[in-house]
Amino acid sequence: MNATPLSSIALVLLASVIGSFGAVFLKLGAAHLAGGMRYIFNWQLLAGVSLYLGSSVPFVMGLKHGELSVLYPMVSASYICTLFWSRLFFNEPITKAKVAALGLIFVGIMCIGVGAR
Amino acid sequence: MTSSAPAVPRHSVKRSNTSIYLVLGCTVFAAAAQVLMKFGATHAMPAVNPANPATWMPFAVTLLGNLPLLLGYCMSAGTAFLLIMGLRHGELSTLYPIISMSYVWVDLLSMYFFHEHMNVWKAAGIFLVIGGVALLGRAGSNA
Repeated sequence: MNATPLSSIALVLLASVIGSFGAVFLKLGAAHLAGGMRYIFNWQLLAGVSLYLGSSVPFVMGLKHGELSVLYPMVSASYICTLFWSRLFFNEPITKAKVAALGLIFVGIMCIGVGAR
Repeated sequence: MTSSAPAVPRHSVKRSNTSIYLVLGCTVFAAAAQVLMKFGATHAMPAVNPANPATWMPFAVTLLGNLPLLLGYCMSAGTAFLLIMGLRHGELSTLYPIISMSYVWVDLLSMYFFHEHMNVWKAAGIFLVIGGVALLGRAGSNA
């Protein structure tokens, strides 16, 4: 089994954190659309899409080296971050069901990564 | 309706389900985009040198002829649009992790298009991710 470089793990985690902020801005921007589709060009949606596109750069760089079974589950970090940002910015409760669901998704993506070897 | 207003807005359950389906649709688009881009990446492209204008046209013509790649980009734009539509209502903490379903679709599409084999790990992973997303769907409608 090849060792996964720490730099790859750090890059994928960085991509996850950037992506989770992208999700927060997309949510903020999407709220404007309640007033109609003409509000689709707002700075929050632009920031959200930019952060999303930006997060793919460290993600692809990180995936170049190392094991997918190690790196894929790191993507779940973005879901975990989003859980905390949602609590902080949108007052969404952190429930047992959400934590359990993220646990299942984390283990599931890890298995898919192991199966991809 | 009379004085006792319901604690939960009447539309909330229906809305959160619509949001869930929009984000699920977004994951199908995301997976299709990945498969199309993989096809597009195998398309032979002429070398381009930004300093040499003579190489621009052949590159642009081949790029426009790389239909899988172009379609992949269109699908990516569709992915972003569906995600934004899905996030209009409902909880971000419930909706966002549904994106993990794209791993399931990519695995299934790769079996069909790239003849990759299913194995116990992939099957277990697919079931766990589906289970997690199903649990999120329940968590959302109860919120």
